[in-house]
Amino acid sequence: MKYAYYPGCSLQESAHEFDVSVRAVMDRLGVELVEIPDWTCCGASAAEPVSELMNYALPARNLALAEKELAGLDVLAPCSACYLNLLKVNREVVGNKALHGRVNEALDACGLAYDGKVRVRHILDILVNDIGLEAVGGKVGADLNGMRVAPYYGCQILRPYEVFDDPRKPVTMDSVLTAMGAQPHPWDMGARCCGASLMVTHPEVAMHSVEAILTAAEGADAIATVCPLCQMNLEAYQHDAAAGGHHVPVLYLTQLMALAFGLEEPAVLLDTNMSLNGSTRAGIRSRAWRHEPSGEPEETRTEGT
Amino acid sequence: MNQTNPQAWSPDPASREILDELRGELGACMQCGTCTASCPNGFAMDVTPRQMWRMVQFGMLDRILESRTFWMCSSCYMCTLRCPRGLKLTRAMGALKRLARQRGTWKVRRNSAFYDAFMDNVEKYGRVQETSLMPGYFLKKRDPLLPLHYLPLGVRMMRAGKLHVPDGSRKGRLKALFAKVREMEEES
Repeated sequence: MKYAYYPGCSLQESAHEFDVSVRAVMDRLGVELVEIPDWTCCGASAAEPVSELMNYALPARNLALAEKELAGLDVLAPCSACYLNLLKVNREVVGNKALHGRVNEALDACGLAYDGKVRVRHILDILVNDIGLEAVGGKVGADLNGMRVAPYYGCQILRPYEVFDDPRKPVTMDSVLTAMGAQPHPWDMGARCCGASLMVTHPEVAMHSVEAILTAAEGADAIATVCPLCQMNLEAYQHDAAAGGHHVPVLYLTQLMALAFGLEEPAVLLDTNMSLNGSTRAGIRSRAWRHEPSGEPEETRTEGT
Repeated sequence: MNQTNPQAWSPDPASREILDELRGELGACMQCGTCTASCPNGFAMDVTPRQMWRMVQFGMLDRILESRTFWMCSSCYMCTLRCPRGLKLTRAMGALKRLARQRGTWKVRRNSAFYDAFMDNVEKYGRVQETSLMPGYFLKKRDPLLPLHYLPLGVRMMRAGKLHVPDGSRKGRLKALFAKVREMEEES
């Protein structure tokens, strides 16, 4: 199995541990990742308010590169904003003749054109639908021993396009966590917005979302994320979050997976997580949880199905 | 009754175009308010999303631009997902931000400072360089106290090894693309 890999800017910067752990997990699963040569920024959520054409041209440039240099490969984009921006080109530009023409006219300035042949994939989609939970579970060598993990999906991999999960009640990360020997923390905040870049532009507003999410994570040993901005908002502002914002470690799903596969802490850059303190580090090392399955949520789940 | 009359002001062609397109896209809004009920940031808006779509339908440009509502959108797409008419509401919020930028008031510049600094950084480096993005943002925001707010976080990020010296190896890579898009947008 082979994918074109679009790490995106954040994964080269403050979210380096996401990049490293995605590569480690994929390597263990026998999946080859080929980085798109000379990729550039997708525009994140900043291009749309500035220029509509740029909002499409920036991600399209990367798809054009993948189409040209890595023909036939699906693109894996781990970051939520990158994933949505790339996917948006396929959904909004391809098939809209006038807009497609304009985007390609712009891309011509860098000697590129995009035909619309590249499929954009999220890592959860690949784990569940391409590799399969059985194969993923088969690699577990040091399972998470009942660690209670709150699966946090965020927004842009679920909405607006319904691709691989239910945007109202997502389940793919829950199933991956279960395969790792963890116990998904029952909550309804998995698809709630973290505030995204509002945390920079209007932090007093975004803080409400962060507080609501952290409060609902009470009882969980950790929150698992699949987006650098969600990760940053949930871990960096725990200090500032008012009452209810108790301490909870926030880790990338792929970090937890790599640990469950038996990789050592340095291999997933656990040092770079700002929400891990000494006791949570020790807990992770000794797999200290072994929570007895709590009666209530289990029962509710059985009744619900 | 003390209200000053909204200025009889004819919008520039670019504003006109954005507003006309929006009116077309939002014409089917039936004012059910599902968007308002779904918005995680609604509490911070002065005009609810539902009211905003009505103002767009009526072309109430001045009232629209007075509002802070669209600056509160964090692009979570919950309204878009739930809209029973299938309207692209998050996209509309993005268009309203662009509309506001056509009249570059002081308020708009402050609200848009992060997006502008981000795009400047992309244009310069090809890939966003976080350690030069934030100073760029501080400059555009023109709030001398802002860097101080970020100082503790900056220190924690530095300790965790999350800050990197800007990588200049792709400088100018997107220059031609940015220039071309500007040229195309001026023509249209």
